[in-house]
Amino acid sequence: MTYEELLIQTALADERIVVMTAENRALVRSAPKVLGNRFIDTGITEQTMVGMAAGFALRGRIPIVHALAPFLTMRAYEFIRTDVGIANLPVKLSGYIPGFLSDGNGPTHQSIEDVAIMRGIPGMEVYAPADEDDGVKMLGHIWSSPSPAYTRINHKKGVYEHAPYRPGHAEIVAQGKDVTLLVYGFLFENAYRTRELLEREGLSAGLVNMRSLKPVDEEAIVRAAVGSARLVTIEDHLQTGGLYSIVAEVLLRRRLTADVVPLSLGERWFRPGLLNQVLETEGFTPEKMTKTILSTINSVSYAK
Amino acid sequence: MMTKTEGESLQSTALRVREHIIRMSEGGGCFIGASLSCVELMVYCYARVIRNAQPKDPNRDYLFLSKGHDVPALYGTFAEMGFMEASRLGNHLSTADSIYWHPNRNIPGVEFHSGSLGHLPAVASGVALDCKLQRGDNRIVVITGDGELNEGSVWETVLVANAYGLDNLTILVDRNQFQANIRTEELVPLEPLADKFEAFGCSVIRVDGHDFQQLEKAFTEPAVRGKVRVIIADTVRGKGLPSIEARADRWFCSFTAAEVAQLLEELHGNVAASLESETLVVR
Repeated sequence: MTYEELLIQTALADERIVVMTAENRALVRSAPKVLGNRFIDTGITEQTMVGMAAGFALRGRIPIVHALAPFLTMRAYEFIRTDVGIANLPVKLSGYIPGFLSDGNGPTHQSIEDVAIMRGIPGMEVYAPADEDDGVKMLGHIWSSPSPAYTRINHKKGVYEHAPYRPGHAEIVAQGKDVTLLVYGFLFENAYRTRELLEREGLSAGLVNMRSLKPVDEEAIVRAAVGSARLVTIEDHLQTGGLYSIVAEVLLRRRLTADVVPLSLGERWFRPGLLNQVLETEGFTPEKMTKTILSTINSVSYAK
Repeated sequence: MMTKTEGESLQSTALRVREHIIRMSEGGGCFIGASLSCVELMVYCYARVIRNAQPKDPNRDYLFLSKGHDVPALYGTFAEMGFMEASRLGNHLSTADSIYWHPNRNIPGVEFHSGSLGHLPAVASGVALDCKLQRGDNRIVVITGDGELNEGSVWETVLVANAYGLDNLTILVDRNQFQANIRTEELVPLEPLADKFEAFGCSVIRVDGHDFQQLEKAFTEPAVRGKVRVIIADTVRGKGLPSIEARADRWFCSFTAAEVAQLLEELHGNVAASLESETLVVR
């Protein structure tokens, strides 16, 4: 099942749902024909779309709102925070091409702070499915919860068949004693292959697909921190405010400490280009991540 | 048509709302100028336009106050309409209640919070479009300031609202000629304002916003099919208090008890108040 098929099926089953877009129709192409006037395209107006979505929610509707992630979360940020957040309305935000998925677009289109800013809104839930299969397993829950939610949409087909989604729980793909990779969204697949390479190097490597960043599965993080010699956070997001920060917050709250290696973006936008080249240049291919992780592990043990 | 008696009754309600506003300018203060300018607009809407506002009926009409800093006028009107006890206005700025400088839904009758300008035309458009989809005959009114029209989101929403033919939506502009601290025409000129809204696809009527008969005429004019209705209400900032009327430096005022007593006298056409409080407070 695709994102769009799930969306249409869910909307047909629930009259409360309205599907909105700021003229980003890539994932909702069949919606106008099937949903009629419950499909609302406001044109290139992210602010108005989000404000109208709040109005729909006031009337008891569940708006599922689509736009490119950077414009949805940043152009309309104050509308999300003020109209959806303060009122705590069940507006469901679907952001396309988050993180590296904006590939050749350039920094204007790079949504690499969205997790940080969206989780900064009280009551807002933040999700990042690993791929289309994961998304289809998660979105039914996301859309039926009474909370506002932001989802980093990744509709790429993956090779991994995900476990059913349990609300608030991460997906523990593998446990490892030497290292555990914590990842969300599009980088899941490369993290999966990185884990295989690390195992081939003789390490016991774990992998956790975080799925939900807010609420976050604190126990999964704690178990990984306790059961593994070190953690690696992997994200196509700025280091500030994303998973690395979330892990730091959880560990501090639990009075735990751990060796945590962040694989994220520093204080800069990434070099735009074809997705494979971006991953290569930024060091997020399985081979490069493996190399980085191994060198960090070696330098840490060297220091000891 | 509004009878003479009905008109006089609305005028006396408006006078009482102004008294509430003046009292709320004591001890912490309020945005008194913009509150006094829109009294007739609020009183008229709640008395003659908005049906079943309180208790909230799903088929009610909606009033959204987008220029939220004039909340004393809204709450004063609520007190007069019986939505809340007038004595509750005395809780102004107490953290134990929710009567602060901007509207919020803890107060019965408030449809949506505001304070950040340029938001509620969009929220109201969502409600208006949903009412259309549900085939309701609900009327949706959103009151904006004129300084608020600097916000691009207002114009963005007007484009979209007309694209969706929201003729159940009325944008009521409190045209009191002032931004926060300066005349609109001296900073970011709005005129010709009616032409601007018309060019964006609206049907526009311009009235004296302190004249109930003119408001009645504007609101009872049949909607133009498929067009957002805009009523530009020409008003005077600080209306009713000559000592602060149309003064750029009387945006936010915090008066002493003695000054409030004098202003209440002035409101009733007696001696003019002699004001010593600071003329400009940054909020």
